[in-house]
Amino acid sequence: MTSTRLWRIVEVMKLALMSDLHANRQAVEAVWSRIRDEGFDQLVLLGDYVDYGADPVWTLDFVRERVTQGALAVKGNHDDAIAHESHHSLGAHVLESLHWTQRQLDATHRDFIASLPLTARLGDCLITHANAHAPADWSYIHGRLEASRSLYATDARVVFCGHMHDPKLYHLSSTGKHGEFTPVSEVGIELSRARRWLAIPGSVGQPRDGNPAACYATFDTDTDLLTFHRVPYDHDTAAARILSAGLPPLMAERLQHGQ
Amino acid sequence: MVNEQASPMANPDVPRQRLEPGDVIDRFVLVERLHQGGMASLWSVRWDGPTPPEFDGVPLLMKVPRIKGGEDPATIVGFEVEQMIMPRLSGPHVPRYVARGDFIRQPYIVMEHIHGDTLRPRFDHAPLPVDEVTDLGARVAQALHALHNQHVVHLDIKPSNIMLRASGEAVLLDFGLSRHDQLPDLLEEEFTLPMGTGPYMSPEQVQFVRNDPRSDLFALGVLMYTLATGERPFGQPTSVSGLRKRLYTEPVPPKVHRPELPGWFQEIVLRCLEVQPERRYQSAAQLAMDLQHPEQVQLTERATKARTAGTFKTLSRWFKAMGAEPTGDATASEQLSRSPIFMVALGVNNNTPDLDRKLLATVKRILQIEPGARLACVSVMKTARVGMDKLTDDEGNSLHVKHLVAIKHWARPLQQALRMDDHRLTFHVLEAPDTAHALVEFAHKNHVDHIVMGARGNSALRRYLGSVSAQVVAEAECSVTVVRV
Repeated sequence: MTSTRLWRIVEVMKLALMSDLHANRQAVEAVWSRIRDEGFDQLVLLGDYVDYGADPVWTLDFVRERVTQGALAVKGNHDDAIAHESHHSLGAHVLESLHWTQRQLDATHRDFIASLPLTARLGDCLITHANAHAPADWSYIHGRLEASRSLYATDARVVFCGHMHDPKLYHLSSTGKHGEFTPVSEVGIELSRARRWLAIPGSVGQPRDGNPAACYATFDTDTDLLTFHRVPYDHDTAAARILSAGLPPLMAERLQHGQ
Repeated sequence: MVNEQASPMANPDVPRQRLEPGDVIDRFVLVERLHQGGMASLWSVRWDGPTPPEFDGVPLLMKVPRIKGGEDPATIVGFEVEQMIMPRLSGPHVPRYVARGDFIRQPYIVMEHIHGDTLRPRFDHAPLPVDEVTDLGARVAQALHALHNQHVVHLDIKPSNIMLRASGEAVLLDFGLSRHDQLPDLLEEEFTLPMGTGPYMSPEQVQFVRNDPRSDLFALGVLMYTLATGERPFGQPTSVSGLRKRLYTEPVPPKVHRPELPGWFQEIVLRCLEVQPERRYQSAAQLAMDLQHPEQVQLTERATKARTAGTFKTLSRWFKAMGAEPTGDATASEQLSRSPIFMVALGVNNNTPDLDRKLLATVKRILQIEPGARLACVSVMKTARVGMDKLTDDEGNSLHVKHLVAIKHWARPLQQALRMDDHRLTFHVLEAPDTAHALVEFAHKNHVDHIVMGARGNSALRRYLGSVSAQVVAEAECSVTVVRV
């Protein structure tokens, strides 16, 4: 009996997944509050904690505290760019926000970012920011081909990644047939064990699918139920803070429309 | 790189053995093999140990897929789809879901065992009497409406997938080809051929559209056609080009096979068999309503059609079909929400002109934003609970006709203002001792989404007689709008 219970504690858990927080304190607070209310066993943070938003210090402190309390966090390309001062992977239009963000952070933040891994493993789930086939080159999962490439690169049954800001679910059958699905929020999807899956929860702090509400996902490893969620938050305040910080107005505008 | 061989299906943890009676799978004991099909075997099973209280009295059936070394993708994916969809379904029109087995160890689904035959044997007795076909059609349409309401398009409606409960409800079986509009479509990429059963497949299914609930209405049209005439409207094609013929070739009108079939029956069936989904019934509930009220079916040229289109018309359709790409823009829930059934309850003797006008304005507002809606105008003729009813007025005119004339007169401005074609508007005079009860029952039987009715104006009368609208609000399953002057 005891051993069964222990196995359950170790193996069966409810994951809460947050990705692409992008220094948006209002969005992170709203999502975190919902996650705590709903209950979870393991928090998973999928990278891109900073840049674009007006609260990089608060957000990195939030991530650091969560990690101290047992959260699993991987590094995103924006985090990497800030810690390493290498900007090759970023477009020119975000450099302004990047430099502003760098000025806000201190050495402890950079050390913390440097300590984050590119990938992490949780049972039969793989956690990574951009993709599973070449996590360090930050290439995107634009569609089924890249998703399948990632799934072929690992033996994990489920891959969770961020980087793309729209919620999406890809799947690969045992015969190599792949499919994709745009999830409906709050409708649980059972991830059949007869195939393998790549799930993108969508962005907490920079949603871009036309819906300004923040995205996150939960996954129950006991029932295999994956649920995508949307949380409305005070994006007016988040946008106002971006403008008053002197960041590019585009960063504020897109929060209002989720674009 | 991990290759396909490493995927779980190809390397099951536990080798599967031949199942025998007495075997225990998880919480179930196999009792008897009832059927061995090409895709799955069916077993009657019982609980290993005491029956959980919520399943008390539920006979059990276990469906076990035949998986031969993991090389039969059709069986595997179809079963995966069924395992995903069945637990989400409820109500009398599906077998109750009980449990399922882990895909890697031993896949199975345990569900309620519904005793009796499918509609398949009735099929051998076709042509059947039109009343029986209409009644079956209405029951299946109601089951389809319940399914579509739960976000699922069946996509394999045929006699062998339909049963009738002892209580009369049609039960739909086998969700291996179904599509849930809030879940990934695992079959989308699986096959290079159209999925479905040849004779019943809708034109859009032939073109790989898998999300339109009106595909099920096409299949039901094929089913009714075949049961009523003994002939298949599109034959039994075995090739893709044979399947594609239904995109441009019209079926022979049912009355050609059986001239005694009523015009309304041909109207309903040919409407179900329209190539363009927009020209069919827009929801299963709307089809069920016509099947339950044949006298209300508005007859068009479909009803009297005596031959199929000429060669030239067929050729031009063939040409159009060659380049046609189906839009596939309607999911089950979207299609349902744009095709609601409204009902307006009219108190022929009690309503004041002011209330009638206000009812009209309210209904007009609602219908304006719902171009796919149907409106049933209903009036109740109160009958005595005991004794003879007066069916004519003092001048000897039928009271029923008087009611009908009155509600048609009420709806006339609506018909003109909204240019509603006739089949969107129906008129019903109910005869019952309890007005509210009759309205609620009509709404229930016809899957009405929304009732609009007036409140009795005279407050003294309301105090004395009680409020009909209050009773309807309390008892109806759908939304109710009560209009006051």
